[in-house]
Amino acid sequence: MSLRSKTAIAGLGITKQGRVYDHNHVGFAIEAIRLALDDAGLTRADLDGVLLNPGLTWADGGMGAFQLQQAMGLHNLQLAHTMNAGGATAGAMIMQAAEAIAAGLATTVACVFSDAPLKPPAPKPDKSSGSAAAYAFGRGLDAAYGQFGVNAMYAMVAQRHMHLYGTTNDHLGAIAVAERQWANKNPQAQFYDTPMTLDDYHRSRWVVEPFHLYDCCLVSNGGLAVIVTSADRARDLKKPPVYLRGMGQGHPGGDPSETLTSGAPLAKQHAFAMADIALDDIDVVELYDCYTFTVLVTLEDYGFCKKGEGGPFVADGKIAPGGSLPLNTGGGQLSSFYMWGMTPVSEGVMQIRGDGGARQIPDAKVALVSGNGGILSTHSTLILANQP
Amino acid sequence: MSDYKKPIPSITPEMRPFFEAAKRHELVIQRCDGCGTHRFPAREMCPHCLSSKSSWVKASGKGDVFSFNVMHQVYHPGFAGEVPYAVVSVKLAEGAKMTTNLVGVKPHDIRIGMPVEVVFEDITEEITLPKFRPTRESKLT
Repeated sequence: MSLRSKTAIAGLGITKQGRVYDHNHVGFAIEAIRLALDDAGLTRADLDGVLLNPGLTWADGGMGAFQLQQAMGLHNLQLAHTMNAGGATAGAMIMQAAEAIAAGLATTVACVFSDAPLKPPAPKPDKSSGSAAAYAFGRGLDAAYGQFGVNAMYAMVAQRHMHLYGTTNDHLGAIAVAERQWANKNPQAQFYDTPMTLDDYHRSRWVVEPFHLYDCCLVSNGGLAVIVTSADRARDLKKPPVYLRGMGQGHPGGDPSETLTSGAPLAKQHAFAMADIALDDIDVVELYDCYTFTVLVTLEDYGFCKKGEGGPFVADGKIAPGGSLPLNTGGGQLSSFYMWGMTPVSEGVMQIRGDGGARQIPDAKVALVSGNGGILSTHSTLILANQP
Repeated sequence: MSDYKKPIPSITPEMRPFFEAAKRHELVIQRCDGCGTHRFPAREMCPHCLSSKSSWVKASGKGDVFSFNVMHQVYHPGFAGEVPYAVVSVKLAEGAKMTTNLVGVKPHDIRIGMPVEVVFEDITEEITLPKFRPTRESKLT
């Protein structure tokens, strides 16, 4: 039995994003689900499933979905989990929802991410309340040597790619600049009002070499949810259905600093086969972009270019507005907002619905959405389409 | 050495042999008794053959730079005086990798593939940290 287009995304909810302090992490999740239900024309009573991907602030995140259920007054859920595959979770949650709905074990599932790592500005300047602190954990022996956080580990992988393939900061900068141009067309983007040139990119401070500030994604407070239902049900609701035409996951194991390859080649197999598509059929690409480098590797891994050629591939501007391969058309995590894997999902949904406003890709029928977690450790692929 | 301000690693039971050897200025790593694969840091089980038996063996102390980064942000006050500094992943001759620092070389002079050898830094009465320095061959290139 194929899952192809048996289910669809029927609702999308995006709270205010960024330095927003209206809610805590639980409140943002509730707000996002509420917005998504309104968007679909549904109510809390319609939900029989909740899947939560907890951001960093859900410190005791193990059973966060049940904390959320209590806080939101949800009853009689038949699917409820707290899931964490890092940035691949959004795709994995949606896949889980689709499987349960197609199997008749649930009908209406909210998939939600929320986080609130940014603290309101302190009376005295306090570096530890800035966005750097949120992802700066240091483990045991690594900390003794000054290795802290995710940036530092990804930087080592990127350094290898530069050494082996000649990838440069100009290549990475081309990705940052293109995504900022898309963000400048997206009123919901944190950097909507701030253009950036390649020169601005190079002059931005080093975070951990080879990454400049603008090689690294934003940190955002906020929540983002989608409602997944059967395709039939979606057709009866408020918005045009965004069909889940293909889906897959890929978690390769081993050492990605040796392979310089993500889980995309593996995740792609089921997703593309289910959707019955090839690369040429994709109109818009929404890739998980915790770093510019992640985008470069992911393009290689989906087969848009060969391994090692990601740099030259992006350098000619094809991924920027007006180019032949529209990529991260809302500004991505680099320039719009960082709701882990829900960021690319949300933009994919908007493009397929035709709600992209000034950044809408004309006649966008098929979107590729990726999720990536760990250090190229986990991966999810969704193929969204406006027709089954 | 109460003026050592950087994070001091705790000696966990599974890593005790490493720290005891380091205090003697000896580098030891685990070798799986089942399949002979070397690994670092300590694990209970071998991820290749799943054997629970392993031995701490003396490493040659030689390796090369597998990768590195250069840290510019101060994540811990103990490193405030050192940014920018490099963190290096050294691939030992035995195959295992260690996250470490290089001494005697500026961050921007580090190259992937640079041959290195172990040195030891006594940071407290109890703890010595292995670090690495370029070998004489590196210096000639």
